Amino acid sequence: MPYDMSLRPAATAAAPGTAAPVPAIRCEALSKRYGKPDRPPAVDALSFTLPRGATWGLLGGNGAGKTTTIGMLLGLLVPTSGRVACLGHDMARDRFRALARMNFSSPYIALPHRLSVRENLRVYAHLYDVPRAERRIAELAAQLQLEDLLDRPAGELSAGQKTRVALAKALVNRPALLLLDEPTASLDPDTGDWVRTWLERYRAESGAAILLASHNMAEVERLCEHVLMLRRGRVVDQGSPAALIERYGRDDLEQVFLDIARGTGAAAEMVPA
Amino acid sequence: MTRSAARRVWGLMYRHLALYRRSWPRLIELMYWPILQMVVWGFVTAYLAGVQNNVASAAAGVLLGGVLLWEVALRSQMGFSISFLEEIWSRNLGHLFVSPIRPHEMVAALMGMSVIRVLIGVVPAMGLAWLLYAFGVWSMGPVVIAFFAALLLMGWAVALGVTSLILRFGAGAETLAWSVLFGITPFAAVFYPVAVLPAWLQPVALSLPAAHVFEGMRAALLEGRIDWGHLAWALALDAAWMAAMSWVFMAQLRAARVKGALLNIGE
Repeated sequence: MPYDMSLRPAATAAAPGTAAPVPAIRCEALSKRYGKPDRPPAVDALSFTLPRGATWGLLGGNGAGKTTTIGMLLGLLVPTSGRVACLGHDMARDRFRALARMNFSSPYIALPHRLSVRENLRVYAHLYDVPRAERRIAELAAQLQLEDLLDRPAGELSAGQKTRVALAKALVNRPALLLLDEPTASLDPDTGDWVRTWLERYRAESGAAILLASHNMAEVERLCEHVLMLRRGRVVDQGSPAALIERYGRDDLEQVFLDIARGTGAAAEMVPA
Repeated sequence: MTRSAARRVWGLMYRHLALYRRSWPRLIELMYWPILQMVVWGFVTAYLAGVQNNVASAAAGVLLGGVLLWEVALRSQMGFSISFLEEIWSRNLGHLFVSPIRPHEMVAALMGMSVIRVLIGVVPAMGLAWLLYAFGVWSMGPVVIAFFAALLLMGWAVALGVTSLILRFGAGAETLAWSVLFGITPFAAVFYPVAVLPAWLQPVALSLPAAHVFEGMRAALLEGRIDWGHLAWALALDAAWMAAMSWVFMAQLRAARVKGALLNIGE
């Protein structure tokens, strides 16, 4: 597909001689504890800075704290302590200005299935105050091969088609920061590969930052230049996929993930229990 | 309201209007109960008018007025609460809460949908009441618009409370969206004056805006006068209820964000 300047979000880099651009995400000692104070934290003193234009992965087993972290980044959850700022906006005080320039996609949150694809995209174009909404919807439909689906109810689409529609919704406001929760879950390998290729292209052309939570290690290896490994709410290790594979003496990221999750292999000594 | 805010409000309203356009059973359901209520009470009214003396005949007309006006409060509350529930049922709430729409804009959109649902539900019933029983709510005079507004506001206040309970207890509290105002009916003095209630219940009734609206309605229909005192009480109580329930809603929204309820509210 031809390169489309409309993918490009608002300016993401500082002009020469000016201060560095604010990062896409800055988390400082972010913690979340549900219920009574004696319960273990779901997220424990998480700190990281996601630069503009980077794609990072958030990895961890079930209950590691990925969903809670994403919830706090999106303002759905109030942290117990710590701070989070997205695109320079403090999410505790100023989250709506950040949310207008962010977006989110998850297979676990649906779009109204009785509405057509076009109606769904119109709703979100209004909510994000997208200028020239119909033109933007047509652009996204062309880019994500949705033209034949625009007037079909979202509930009648296949899993792969729904994923493309969810991506269109997530890109409707040309976000400078995109949070993706398992973007290829339940997709066949061909469709999953199509989505990954599209995300690579989108990132390269738009300069947007992407934070990706996934259980698909091959996907993370391919898309992410940096990975945060979570266990019991803490970052137990981080680095590029290649560096992590080398550090743990393994062949791929999946083996590293298993070592960290089970405390086996090199992780038995390197990762705190 | 800024242009962006107005667009966000319209975006959420458009989502519901598109739903109704594609789901005619929902549209029929909006009209079904108000018409059914009006027909049943219309026959009761016709019976009373036919077999009783003149005083009872005059009072019988008040029953139909009560039914039609009470439907405004019922449909107003349900229109707001059920529109919110639609987002839970379609698992769309998460998308809304991570979009830039502010809570007060979401409430404004739900109020807008509530007005549309009231008009779709109650106007046909009013038209039928005129055709079948020659009863028009407009016979009360222009004050009927104030009665409408007062009942609409009361419906919104109750709906904010119901929505707060849904945020607190999840979709398990959804039956309240249908039942809560029916439970208030005995104290709202819809079909009888507040004076009929036991003395200890009368303060409860008089704390409801609806009780003042229906006292005012009876004054308009039976005595042909506007009871400004009751109207003022109704609107003042509406303001107090709205302020209190808005505070409860914002507190529950904040609590839901602390507890993580917005991540899995549909469960």
